[in-house]
Amino acid sequence: MENNPLKKVLIICAKANLEDVYAALVLANGAVMEGIEAKLFFTFFGLDAITKKRMNKLHTATVGNPALRMPGGLPFPTLLGTIPLVEAGVSVMMKKEMNKLDIPPVKEFLEMITAGGGEVYACKLAADMFKLKKEDFTEEVIDIITVGQFYEMAGGQGTQIIFV
Amino acid sequence: MAEKTIAGQIIHINDEGYMTNPAEWNKEIAIEMAKEEGITLTEKHFAILEYLREKTLKGETLTIRKVGASGIVDIKEFYQLFPGAPLKLASKLAGISKPTSCV
Repeated sequence: MENNPLKKVLIICAKANLEDVYAALVLANGAVMEGIEAKLFFTFFGLDAITKKRMNKLHTATVGNPALRMPGGLPFPTLLGTIPLVEAGVSVMMKKEMNKLDIPPVKEFLEMITAGGGEVYACKLAADMFKLKKEDFTEEVIDIITVGQFYEMAGGQGTQIIFV
Repeated sequence: MAEKTIAGQIIHINDEGYMTNPAEWNKEIAIEMAKEEGITLTEKHFAILEYLREKTLKGETLTIRKVGASGIVDIKEFYQLFPGAPLKLASKLAGISKPTSCV
């Protein structure tokens, strides 16, 4: 079989849970690091990750997240997760652990991706729905685009679309 | 593992072209290896290569973020100096093994 290396990835992030946003960011940054063209497209709740007011305050869910564990490894009781500030506390702890591995905060991560030539876009339909404008988004966002424009960017051999 | 003669010296490299013994490295080897990649090394390139070697010898995991915080270059410059996959390319030219980090 012919060897067709990956040349371009388009990554869609539709959620704003800490772990989902980071999955998209790691994939995009990883692509840029390998010399693969990367375009990040944020839609629906994923817009939180590029909205100035919210991007560095993302949380991981402490309710409805069966894989969540206490620091010692015991299951995390769902009821505990309903107590005010617990979710914020758990999220701060996760961010600390990530920082130890040199995984930066969202804003810095986007700076790293764009410094390497990666591109960041917001979805027009979702931006309209949440009444967000270009100035509400972090400056790494190039433009607010339609799904049609998104597909126009997806052409060419060796392109993959990843949905988070 | 293969032997290769470069800049008049014999070095050991793996299948992907990374040197397997960092002690065999010197500046002349880096200059020749860079030529093969189409890059002319400057003082700034060497400052990065030395930084990567130093961190690696200390057993630290290399990341793009660390290079950006090194005070030598910012991340954008790093991508410009070592086009394509900068951390991999710079590691290769620094005579150290292929980076294993995901960031």
